[in-house]
Amino acid sequence: MTDQTVLKLNGLSKRFGPVVANDDVSLTLGRGEVLALLGENGAGKTTLMNMLFGHYLPDAGTVEVADPGGTLHPLPLGHPQAALAAGVGMVHQHFALAENINALDNITLGSEPLLSLRRDRRAAERKIKDIMARSGLTAPQDVPVGRLSVGERQRVEILKALYRDARILVLDEPTAVLTPQEADTLFANIKTMTAEGLSVIFISHKLREVLAFSDRIAVLRHGRKVGEMATSEADEGTIARLMVGADTPKVAREAATPGAPVLTLQNVSVAGRSKRDTLQGVTLTVHAHEILGIAGISGNGQSGLANLISGLAVPTAGMIRVDETEIARPSAATMVAAGIGRIPEDRHHEGIVGAMSVAENMVIERLGDPDIQSRGLLRRDAIQANAEGLAQAYDVRGPGVGAAARLLSGGNIQKLILARVFERAPRLILANQPTRGLDMGAAAEVGRRLLEARGRGAGVVLISEDLDEILGLADRIMVIRDGALVEAGTMDRAKIGLMMAGEPA
Amino acid sequence: MIRIEPRENTSRAFALGVPVLAALVALLLAAIPLLAAGANPITAYGEMIKGVFGSVFAVSEMLTRATPLIFTGLAAALAFRAKLWNIGAEGQLYLGAMAAVAVGSGWLDISGLLLVPLIVVIGAAAGAAGMVAPTYLKVRFGADEVVTTLLLNFIILIFLQMMLEGPLQDPMSLGWPQSAPILDQGVLPPLMDRMRVHSGLILALVLAGIAQFMLLRSVWGFKLRAVGENAAAARHAGINVKRSLFGVAAISGGLAGLAGVSEVAGLKGYLTADLSPGFGYTGIVVAMLAGLSPVGVVIAALFIASVFVGADSMSRAMGVSSFLADLVVSMSLLCVLVGGFLSKYRILRTAKAEATS
Repeated sequence: MTDQTVLKLNGLSKRFGPVVANDDVSLTLGRGEVLALLGENGAGKTTLMNMLFGHYLPDAGTVEVADPGGTLHPLPLGHPQAALAAGVGMVHQHFALAENINALDNITLGSEPLLSLRRDRRAAERKIKDIMARSGLTAPQDVPVGRLSVGERQRVEILKALYRDARILVLDEPTAVLTPQEADTLFANIKTMTAEGLSVIFISHKLREVLAFSDRIAVLRHGRKVGEMATSEADEGTIARLMVGADTPKVAREAATPGAPVLTLQNVSVAGRSKRDTLQGVTLTVHAHEILGIAGISGNGQSGLANLISGLAVPTAGMIRVDETEIARPSAATMVAAGIGRIPEDRHHEGIVGAMSVAENMVIERLGDPDIQSRGLLRRDAIQANAEGLAQAYDVRGPGVGAAARLLSGGNIQKLILARVFERAPRLILANQPTRGLDMGAAAEVGRRLLEARGRGAGVVLISEDLDEILGLADRIMVIRDGALVEAGTMDRAKIGLMMAGEPA
Repeated sequence: MIRIEPRENTSRAFALGVPVLAALVALLLAAIPLLAAGANPITAYGEMIKGVFGSVFAVSEMLTRATPLIFTGLAAALAFRAKLWNIGAEGQLYLGAMAAVAVGSGWLDISGLLLVPLIVVIGAAAGAAGMVAPTYLKVRFGADEVVTTLLLNFIILIFLQMMLEGPLQDPMSLGWPQSAPILDQGVLPPLMDRMRVHSGLILALVLAGIAQFMLLRSVWGFKLRAVGENAAAARHAGINVKRSLFGVAAISGGLAGLAGVSEVAGLKGYLTADLSPGFGYTGIVVAMLAGLSPVGVVIAALFIASVFVGADSMSRAMGVSSFLADLVVSMSLLCVLVGGFLSKYRILRTAKAEATS
């Protein structure tokens, strides 16, 4: 690392209506430096990087980028092409790759002149080989990207940026889709590249990897930069306090003895449309007073398992039992009636009807209930009273229970769903990625509610791609991979990580 | 440079104001072709208003024109609420009309107390069948109902012509492709002496009231709205999405069928292939202007009917083309769509970023 500055953000501000996404944020990045941009979800990390990359036009502030000679030049804002030309590359959380063409074509796509009739494949191949050799990033070049693993696709994305001679690389939550081992490899590669002079900003909210792999840390909260320090001087407690503005709420966890089985799956298969919603001969048992954590890399059948327990997927083989009763024809309605509370993965898409009111969304699963309707007509006073009670008990904040549910923040939408699920005292709770996208306070609330339900005697299936969350909440862990479930038999991070990757522990 | 940003919240007054404003803007824009045609727009619009509200007869004509539009507007509004795009109200209207003359023009010579309800029910059922079938194709095979319902209109129209020159043809029509008249006791009674406005209007208004009530206050309406706004969440919550779609398909098609019943049994008396000057399609405009609200449909239908009737009268008085009515109707739809966009987004002018390199 040298003292040479390659990037300066000066007082960037961005508002979306009343929401201040970024307020007067200034950052500098040195040549060969790894800067971790840390903050909770919604703290403004991605917005800041999108302004740097030209996707958003800041309301105020400037960006300066150094040319290869080291002189800083102002970057025209709002133009991704200008950012690319200045040597800024960004790898988004959701990859921008064409799945039907190979890595080589994906990497060169867009960096070739539009009107040229022939292209120099050889030269491109040579350049990519050279980059791969220098950075340690490897990915098969000749198979369609759709057949590559998530880790490989991410490397293709990074290679794409490097191919365009990026000198500043922005990685948005690069490890969200990786196993712990893949993440370690990625960071090792980043070290190699920074030694060659590349500067890296990576966005994260995982304290562990930030402390392990960055040179400097900048913390954002509510759109403001609230702290900046060398990683060597940082410790977990300080950063966590900076991120949330208070001490991290710790979830109290008491021991519990598992009771009778509440959900049994025996050799259940689900034929999904893709790998992510396919299950192959899954057997599991969840007991009362037990949280079963399902760990796994994204897209390995978690959706299939969730769909099955939610009643959205019909099994092609196997048997489902809730308590002692076999569910012959699963449907969402029968599963709700059987006492299963479901917290869906995509709360905006599956959890709520955004255009309908908070109160209506709170009763949407119990329209047959005589408290809610009589002779097919809605009992509006009862619905209103129910909603007011639940909003109070579950601290759902927003413009009121009569307002459209989409006006709530992500955390409050999740509280709405929690209220709907927990007020019926379900025997079994399916929680699929229940804290994804929530800030720490809201995430802790979800954990507290799940533990409370466990204490009451419910069984919980907790599907999460965040291993730390599972380790913190689950009594027992199973690993899902390629649509099959195996008992982890351990609480050891590294071992579970290996099982997630499909290697023998 | 122009940027488009979503508005955070849209006030209720704004939501109600947009269609009204759109209608006014459409009338203003229509003044341009009026001027081009050499007419004074103020006099022209004066004639138009006189043509709609100038006499009891004029009002009766306007209400007569509004009646089928309320039916087809409700048909579109309810289906669209469930995101079921019924573009086939025109065909369903003719199915209803064919069923009405099949039952009502002599096949059954029974008391009007029985015959009128029978015609209404059979007509609605025929229209319903015309929408349930494409819905089945959608649910079972994923066939896009926009395409199937739209194309079905043409199939039904050709089938109608076949029937009018075959089984349904009036033997007394001297070879004209028209049906035998509805029996006297089967006719929907007129509301006023020597006026054309008939009791189909009452039926339409009652159904609009029921639709509004059911949509907002019943479990059925709750499910319908949930399915339309977010089918995935509705399915996840245990709502039977397919059943909701079939239910609203039957009701939507039935309402469109009633438009045909009302026209044939309330107004014309017999069926020809030009019974509807596109009421089915205009119903879509009515529903959009109404913001898919059943009560709004009544208001929008009255407005559109006023434009049509007023423009007819204006063209007679001033010698300008009555196509102006179509122009106003089309432009109000466009204005509502643009207005709907503006009520959700706002357009900001931003200074162009300085080019430095």
